[in-house]
Amino acid sequence: MSSDEKSILCINGLNKFYSGGFHALKDINLEIEKGEIVALLGPNGAGKTTLISVVCGIVNPSSGTVRVDGYDIIKDFRKTRSIIGLVPQELTTDSFETVFNTVSFSRGLFGKPPNAAHIEKVLRSLSLWDKKDDMIMTLSGGMKRRVLIAKALSHEPIVLFLDEPTAGVDVNLRKDMWGIVRELKAEGVTIILTTHYIEEAEEIADRVGVINNGEIILMEDKDKLMAKLGKKQLILDLCDQLSVVPESMADYELELSENGLQLVYTFTTQGDRTGITALMDDLKLAGIAFRDLNTTQSSLEEIFVNLVEESS
Amino acid sequence: MNIYGIMAIYKFEMARTKRTLVQSIVAPVITTSLYFIVFGAAIGSRIDQVSGISYGAFIVPGLIMLNLLTHSISNASFGIYFPKFVGTVYEMLSAPVSTLEVVLGYVGAAASKAVILGIIILITASFFIDLQIAHPIMMMVFILLTAVSFSLFGFILGIWADNFEKLSVVPMLVVTPLVFLGGSFYSIDMLPQPWQTISHFNPVLYLVSGLRWSFYEISEVSVMLSLTSILIFMFACLGVVYYLFKTGYKLRS
Repeated sequence: MSSDEKSILCINGLNKFYSGGFHALKDINLEIEKGEIVALLGPNGAGKTTLISVVCGIVNPSSGTVRVDGYDIIKDFRKTRSIIGLVPQELTTDSFETVFNTVSFSRGLFGKPPNAAHIEKVLRSLSLWDKKDDMIMTLSGGMKRRVLIAKALSHEPIVLFLDEPTAGVDVNLRKDMWGIVRELKAEGVTIILTTHYIEEAEEIADRVGVINNGEIILMEDKDKLMAKLGKKQLILDLCDQLSVVPESMADYELELSENGLQLVYTFTTQGDRTGITALMDDLKLAGIAFRDLNTTQSSLEEIFVNLVEESS
Repeated sequence: MNIYGIMAIYKFEMARTKRTLVQSIVAPVITTSLYFIVFGAAIGSRIDQVSGISYGAFIVPGLIMLNLLTHSISNASFGIYFPKFVGTVYEMLSAPVSTLEVVLGYVGAAASKAVILGIIILITASFFIDLQIAHPIMMMVFILLTAVSFSLFGFILGIWADNFEKLSVVPMLVVTPLVFLGGSFYSIDMLPQPWQTISHFNPVLYLVSGLRWSFYEISEVSVMLSLTSILIFMFACLGVVYYLFKTGYKLRS
């Protein structure tokens, strides 16, 4: 399979200058493969929404090219837009319309003939079928968020952009959303989501991108990223209290807890050796016994914060 | 062409009218009836015929034009302004619809509503006066052209406006005075100079005159001039709309 056949979204040298000169996107290059779930992380104002808006046709690019499924977003806008679904960040809905009508409207707007069976399937999958005749203004925030997803899915897109889909949503609904995203992936839909919730990216993404100041500072397979940049710690619960770490153990840069009952060894998984075996031997030689041990790994959140701080 | 897209916008806009039936239909009918009672019966009974026609009958084309202009503008401007205001315009901007298709949807719906209203007012008028229409086809041509042209104008207004005040300032402070001073309720022959000459610079005069001709075969300017004026206005509005979408003015950043 060629690269073109595999990639659903291909962005080359994309720049966006807003009136007033603000450089919102700086030479963005990005390729996303069919069926992937990609999470874009970044602080407020980093350029995540601008990037999505350009691909969807809401914001005009200043330079560069964007191709969706091989089609240019400007020259072939009908083709690209008809296969893209967008769930915006804001809860923008037609308050006075019913759920069924507003979702049907979206399907028509995107050039698809009426299909009540498909609308029903979408509404049922989002637990909205019972609310189909309700006016949107009567729905809760979480339900409105589901309506926006239903609208985005009404025309059977193959690429779905979710701009902070779980912002302001309770934990249960957030987990429901993750389930929906996984189901869509199983159906072959490519999903690009922006989020502030690192756990969301950690939970559902295949790849993670970090945007800061309009630049993509990292795009990496999530597991590889965590393996590459994630630090591990080995925590030993000591049998006897220590007042200081013995001189003979200085090379391991161990940290002793305040109460002297824990030793913490920090290591990376990148190297050939972690140094754990040697540490164990040296601890035995030094006569330090422990009764329990456990390991912890740095979260994506810590990785993200470190990356953004470095790039700033 | 995205026919389903056009139909979706059109039906959505028409559905909005159904939800606001009192505001959209009943209110203009009541207002028109009041015009007939006040101008037609109370004041009109003291006015001799105007250009050989009873005063009540004379004001019918003016009343239709007043409603056509104000409602074409308000329907179309609100239709596009409201999605901008609440943020749902993102969907239209990200949809596979061209400028022409968007215009056909929004302007088509606004013009349809205005034409329906014009016909309702015509029917309302028939309860108050003995209505005669000399050229019914030309009457429909004038009503359609006016509805489409001013819906286009309203659409431009809706894109330009970034608050509700701007949305209402042009219809209230420009269009309504022009309609009242454009011979809707009097013949400009009744005006002293220089107001008669000045009235010829009022574009609404040509619309009212053309429509009145289609009813009673009397006009203050030539019918061809009326038709030409409205066609020029319509194409000018189309050009502006095309430019607005091409540049993304106040829609796409």
